[in-house]
Amino acid sequence: MLQFLQQPWPWYIAGPLIGLTVPALLILGNKNFGISSSLRHTCAACIPSGIEYFKYDWKKEIWNLVFVLGVIVGGFLAAQLLANPNEIIINENLKTELVGYGMTDFSNALVPADVVSWESLLSIKGILMIIVGGFFVGFGTRYAGGCTSGHSIMGLSALSWPSLVATVCFMIGGFIAANLLLPIILSL
Amino acid sequence: MKFIKFLIAGILFGIVMAKSEAISWYRIQEMFRFQSFHMYGIIGVAVVLGVIGVYIIKKMKLRDYQGNPIVFHPKDKSYPRYLIGGSIFGMGWALSGACPGPMVVNIGYGFVTMAIVFVFAIIGTYLYGLVKSYLPH
Repeated sequence: MLQFLQQPWPWYIAGPLIGLTVPALLILGNKNFGISSSLRHTCAACIPSGIEYFKYDWKKEIWNLVFVLGVIVGGFLAAQLLANPNEIIINENLKTELVGYGMTDFSNALVPADVVSWESLLSIKGILMIIVGGFFVGFGTRYAGGCTSGHSIMGLSALSWPSLVATVCFMIGGFIAANLLLPIILSL
Repeated sequence: MKFIKFLIAGILFGIVMAKSEAISWYRIQEMFRFQSFHMYGIIGVAVVLGVIGVYIIKKMKLRDYQGNPIVFHPKDKSYPRYLIGGSIFGMGWALSGACPGPMVVNIGYGFVTMAIVFVFAIIGTYLYGLVKSYLPH
């Protein structure tokens, strides 16, 4: 059983479980699923400012921060109890492309050690991917009023037009960055 | 104690995200290069289940655990914010290989460097709050 759970879970198992999060949160807590609003609550709670966007009663949204705390714990438990003992399977074309940029270390399971590491923070490549990437995620998701969970899962589940527009734009931005920008950045 | 259900829901969500490798930098790159169906399968099936769930809730006028009507928070009907903000978010998603959910799962998983990505996502959020009134929405 444990060995079975340690394998990577296929999309037809994970997809339904993630989808069920939407009605589960609605019925168990009358809450709309969404993760990136936690970024706003964190700012409102931790950084004192007179900024209008952060002036609201974030204490009413503590459930969202607790949910995110749970997500962190979930990641920890998955790593401690259910980690896949085998090396991750990467699409051969992607691997060939990455090797072409001089990436060599594919042993770090889920994220490439050549990119997501403290050392890479000292390179232009790492700064663009980690610092600019993170900044764009935070700025973009709040500008768009939601991320993959809030728009692409919750919003689409509620058949919301704005969420469909947002999701299409997420994908367009991603296609551009992955296919046009990353090849340049990774070659630096 | 009233928050424990959200903690448990978060834990289950985090485990599913980690075990399906949706938190993997590689899976995100494969998705944006059309090299794998995996992520499309996950998001596609999740949306189908979500649509069915929301439909049943609305159709049968289901109530929450306390018997209150379930409230949906519809998104604003203005499009510049989705076009511009959405594209910026998408670029960040591909560059960092993680959207907010996977970021925090990765931190729990032990990839502590992801905390840097998260900190800059917070800084991005703060800056958005600062310049919000100057941006088209």
